[in-house]
Amino acid sequence: MRGLSAVYRKELEDHFSSARFTLLLTLILMVSLIMAYTTGNGLRKELEGFAKPALVFLLLFTSTGALFSLAQFVAFFGPLIGLVLGFDAINRERAQRTLAKLVAQPIYRDSIINGKFLAGLTTVTVLLAGIVLLISGLGLRELGVVPGWEEVGRLAVYLVISVLYVGFWLGLAILASVLFRGMATSALAVLALWIFLAFFVPLGATLVADSVVPVPTTGQAEIDTVLRHETIKRAVSYVSPIALYTDATSVILDPMRKTTRALVLVGPLERLSLSRFQNPLPLGQSALVVAPHLILLVALTFVCFAISYAAFMRQEVRTT
Amino acid sequence: MEPVIEMRDLTKRYGDQVAVDRVTLHVPPGEIFGFLGPNGAGKTTTILMLLGLSEPTSGWARICGLDPTRAPVKVKRISGYLPEAVGFYEDMTAIDNLRYVARLNGIQDSQARMRIAERLALVGLADEGKKRVGAYSRGMRQRLGIAEVLLKDPRVVFLDEPTVGLDPDGTQRMLEMIQSLSRERGITVFFSSHLLDQVQRISARVGIMLKGRLVAVGSIQELGQQSLGVGQERYTLEEVYMRYFRQGPMAAA
Repeated sequence: MRGLSAVYRKELEDHFSSARFTLLLTLILMVSLIMAYTTGNGLRKELEGFAKPALVFLLLFTSTGALFSLAQFVAFFGPLIGLVLGFDAINRERAQRTLAKLVAQPIYRDSIINGKFLAGLTTVTVLLAGIVLLISGLGLRELGVVPGWEEVGRLAVYLVISVLYVGFWLGLAILASVLFRGMATSALAVLALWIFLAFFVPLGATLVADSVVPVPTTGQAEIDTVLRHETIKRAVSYVSPIALYTDATSVILDPMRKTTRALVLVGPLERLSLSRFQNPLPLGQSALVVAPHLILLVALTFVCFAISYAAFMRQEVRTT
Repeated sequence: MEPVIEMRDLTKRYGDQVAVDRVTLHVPPGEIFGFLGPNGAGKTTTILMLLGLSEPTSGWARICGLDPTRAPVKVKRISGYLPEAVGFYEDMTAIDNLRYVARLNGIQDSQARMRIAERLALVGLADEGKKRVGAYSRGMRQRLGIAEVLLKDPRVVFLDEPTVGLDPDGTQRMLEMIQSLSRERGITVFFSSHLLDQVQRISARVGIMLKGRLVAVGSIQELGQQSLGVGQERYTLEEVYMRYFRQGPMAAA
């Protein structure tokens, strides 16, 4: 335990004093300022003359404004935060020849990985909480609406999901730092994987769905076919944690959504019954809807860890 | 007296290759043991197994009666290890580097401050403690390494090629320091080297490793008599070593 806390303290100090942290912080500050300004302004103009809808505060995070919404921004660039903080965790120790003496101290080897992961996760939490608070604060000014408890609760859950999400990428980066001896190799490997998961998996999902259940382009498609097409596309796209995260946060941030599915087949009677429930879901129910996504995200992180441990325990510590 | 370091038939294989082949050895407390051999003879691998950093394929080792494979943390609590060309966190000062190691050893910060100052003075770095290690010379790094190893008050230290790359002056200081560890603190020193005259100067006994096998153990005088025959008044380690080296690893069996 003391090994873990010593590693954690040292790594945290390293993170907060490092150039890359300053860089990330500046970048994030800039983006959140711009985003808060454009979405806040846009929302105010749109809502002029209307009664403010319930939970309007959350729109700050989901409406796209000029470029993209915060939720989209984190889904897309959040991985980079995790990767940047973790890609050289272990191989840097190896390169500067500190690994051999580090493992020669009376600590368990896994506390090195754990300490580094927890320090990274703390840094990520600080960064993400910073963004959310900054946008909330500026939004408060722009919109002139004080968020209710429901909204605060949803933002808190959103923050937790986002930290877990970036935590997955951090775990992945640490895994790469164990597997690859060169820091540049490890950085390139994780970037390649990120590009693959961000761009090619959605593309591949469409391709797979098209080939398994082709939807005719001409004429009216059977609703059944469209539905199966969508289901397959969705299942394949869940290979990427980015899809998991996007779906999970859209439910949490938009209480009007009752399912993560984009397309729902409803019969006339169901539609009738649904129309009677055109109210926002309570937070607890929204959380229930996304629980499987979260479990999957955490499970993926654990898989990264399990492989990291296994590889790190077997690795020779000698540098020569 | 119970040996501090004990190993029997210690073996490490990497696939078909045998890195360490059935090494049996005892080192009594307080002794400076010189572990000799050309590069790639299996010296570092042996040290890693003694520290529990690498698992023996067969055979066993004990450090002060503890099994490094079963209880690595306990072994590492009482033994210090200075790897060959040890590295430090370059952006941190020497004191910060040492404080990190002290924390890893569970030494309270208040106590660590005193120990760090004392160990730095011991290795002659008292005035450079606040400098970044990035600005240190090779010799200073190596001395800082000794200070770091001593932080935990070890009963045994393993020094892997501690004098490689040092200038004559640095080498001299390092050797004196190693001697004082044994004399003044009663620490058992197990150090590997391929620089024979240095080993001869400070070790009571030496072991010679060739291609993973320990071909000879004993004082230099004993080994000289064994390999070169009785008659000479003094044997230099160089003569002894070259004799074994020419005979090759099979001679001892």
